[in-house]
Amino acid sequence: MTRKGIIDEAMRVVLLCAGLASLSIVVLIGLFILRESLPAFHEIGVWNLLSGKEWRPGQGQFGLLPMIAGSGLVTLGAICLGLPLALCCGIFLAEIAPTWIRVVVRPSIELLAGIPSVVYGLFGLVVLVPAVRQIDYPGNAGFGLLSASIVLAVMILPTIASVSEVAIRSVPDEYRQGALALGSTRWEMIRRVVLPAARSGILSAVVLGLGRALGETIAMIMVIGNSVMMPTTMGGPLPGIFLSRARTLTGNIAVEMSYATGLHSSALFATGVVLFVLIMIVNSAARALMSRNVRGGRP
Amino acid sequence: MNRTMACLTAMALCICSLAFAEKITVAGSTTVQPLAEKLALAYESVAPGVTVEITGGGSSVGVTSVGNGSVDLGACSRDVTQAEFERFPGLEALCIARDGIAIIVGPEVSVTNLSKSQVRDIFTGDISNWSEVGGPDEAIVLVSREEGSGTRSAFENIVLADAALISGAAVLQPSNGAVVTTVSTTPYSIGYVSFGYLNESVTALSVNGVAATVENAQAARYPIVRPLLLVAAGDASPLVQGWLDFIMSPAGQSIVEAEGYLPVGHVE
Amino acid sequence: MTAGGARRTAWQNCVFALFWLSGITAMAVMLAVVGYVMVKGIPEFSIDFFTTSPRGGLSGEGGIASTIVTTAYLVVMTMAIAAPLGTAAGIYLVEYAGNSRNRVATAFLKLSRFGIETLAGVPSIIFGLFGYALFVTAMHFGFSLLSAALAGACLVLPVVVRTAEEAFKSVPDAYREASLSLGATRWETIWKVVLPSATPGLTTGIILGVGRILSETAVFYVTLGGSCRTPTSIFSSGRTMALHVYYLAMETRAFDKAMATGAVLVILIIFVNLAINAVSKRLSAGGNRS
Repeated sequence: MTRKGIIDEAMRVVLLCAGLASLSIVVLIGLFILRESLPAFHEIGVWNLLSGKEWRPGQGQFGLLPMIAGSGLVTLGAICLGLPLALCCGIFLAEIAPTWIRVVVRPSIELLAGIPSVVYGLFGLVVLVPAVRQIDYPGNAGFGLLSASIVLAVMILPTIASVSEVAIRSVPDEYRQGALALGSTRWEMIRRVVLPAARSGILSAVVLGLGRALGETIAMIMVIGNSVMMPTTMGGPLPGIFLSRARTLTGNIAVEMSYATGLHSSALFATGVVLFVLIMIVNSAARALMSRNVRGGRP
Repeated sequence: MNRTMACLTAMALCICSLAFAEKITVAGSTTVQPLAEKLALAYESVAPGVTVEITGGGSSVGVTSVGNGSVDLGACSRDVTQAEFERFPGLEALCIARDGIAIIVGPEVSVTNLSKSQVRDIFTGDISNWSEVGGPDEAIVLVSREEGSGTRSAFENIVLADAALISGAAVLQPSNGAVVTTVSTTPYSIGYVSFGYLNESVTALSVNGVAATVENAQAARYPIVRPLLLVAAGDASPLVQGWLDFIMSPAGQSIVEAEGYLPVGHVE
Repeated sequence: MTAGGARRTAWQNCVFALFWLSGITAMAVMLAVVGYVMVKGIPEFSIDFFTTSPRGGLSGEGGIASTIVTTAYLVVMTMAIAAPLGTAAGIYLVEYAGNSRNRVATAFLKLSRFGIETLAGVPSIIFGLFGYALFVTAMHFGFSLLSAALAGACLVLPVVVRTAEEAFKSVPDAYREASLSLGATRWETIWKVVLPSATPGLTTGIILGVGRILSETAVFYVTLGGSCRTPTSIFSSGRTMALHVYYLAMETRAFDKAMATGAVLVILIIFVNLAINAVSKRLSAGGNRS
């Protein structure tokens, strides 16, 4: 074999190893976390872990339900507050805004999507928590699900808006021309032709936003209060539950990780597994819901 | 392309060749942290070439990290538990100071004194309104520490006693400093912090009529006092022992006293 | 006009007004947050702020000098691990496995893609958990730049691999065929023809990774420790600027310093975005040249 040929073969092996290494990192992380979480699943039991209402590792109680509720409620709040606004903003930028606005606003949104989450958390701590505290409600201390939902909504706004804007803009112009030629107004064209055509892109935007919301850690630790209780309405009407303090699954891991040992540590890995499974479920549900909606609707 | 690779390689070499300086690593209690920082600075001026790196995380982080071998010394603001001695055999604890835990309240709270049992009832959630202890008619906002905190364990052992638990509704913060910040900016809140963290932004209550001062704690009149420990896994290396000797010397203990903690050795 | 045209147009104007409102609201909300941080933070800028290190403890005094150094070290170390690995993996996936008709290679390709996509969707705290358990504890690296860089490399790897793949795919096959027909080996083709062509795309990936590291907090919160000192070796602890914002906000009442550090981060992200835009422009301009 010539020298060139040897180098060629050698580099092929090196690159193969690099490819394998990248793949194996994924596998390694997955297996490691699963393995570490097994003692918790085994000793505490999957059902107890998922439905237990008390999380007091010092007393040997490991119930994740308060954290699942916390993560779920804060994501729900963020989606309710942020999703309509973000989608409307995306549609606005893609179809309705004049070019000069689009040229200024689009890079700004991309910039905002890259701002560190700790900056949003700081804003929440300094501005939102004192503001929410003004609401006259028993037990309201400012920290809680409402502040966290607002912070999260502001964080997912740029993500959803920019991705959905790209998706809508990538719908071929022929669709638009065709609809207009058939006599529809611009709004009708958008609603009945462009949006359905862009639905998979919009869906990706929503899924991305959901993923970011469920996976957010630092901003949540700063404003949600990290209490280990189930979110409660504290005696008031149902929406009052958003003024309750809570803890997210991500916050659970971050706050307790560095000192947990033994079963407690394993329970935190189990929290990670639950978090990951939750994200997968939410993603699949979002996809299923979106495609069912469109299939059932009129073309 | 080649220039980029050369640049990157040079940078990588620079980083790797950074001298592994003579270093002592400490992790753990946020109570001990500011004291340890001051002691470290003083020692570094006396013993040049030595650096002491201190991080926080809470007392349990300290014990776990030193047990795992991640750091040289673990800082702990409570006694090492039996379970920890079993998990990491060979731990050696040195008491470098003692410290009081102050009960602090946030703005708008007019109460200045509470009995120990009132403090207990407030933190377990039995008393939930300031009006029950002579304050305004507002709900009490509890601020507490995470379970791994030595301050929390000491507080639970001394104030709560007989297996009572801190209410689950408490806002949990991961360090003494965070508790001070939260209490000082949240009206009608109450929390507990180490003496060393007291400043003008919060009011420290007197407990059972005894003010939260170092003199009262030293004289055992103030009821909530606990030891501050530095824990090593087995015998300390000569490098680490040098620092420990400095801390227990009169020079070190006078720094302890200057920072608002209770010295255990002879003071200069 | 068609039947009901006036009504439909009126309805459209209503709806469009609503959209204008939502667009303006969304922009206002996003700008309010960033604007607040900048307005509160920039007045704190001073030579002192950038050249002194934080004092630590409750005081919140000092500047951000050591955090700038730590962040720089961390970025370089993380990209030093992730960039070569990711690029090499990208090369293999596109140049070798992509062209192969071997069933094993195709399966490997699909598996890798799936793995990378999954990794991209994992919350960053899981990387922190993994990094803490493996690098800090099990491998005894402790809270250090090394643990943080390794955990961070796992985090940015999907970004780098994805952009590398895109970059290599966008190199026209004609380049490769021309090179091979001139007698070059596969590796020579890759090294001398494909890589240079793909450089703008690769650079984009690296810059994206850098941006990710700058804004990431959760992973480094549990692997880096929180020391205020300037790191002296790869085993030193430290704090990145993002972590410093967190510690300032939580432990001291120096909210203005926290805002200032946040403002520095925002400015850095602006530069990162500008860099990406500049490189992308060169990418599309360069692609037209032949």
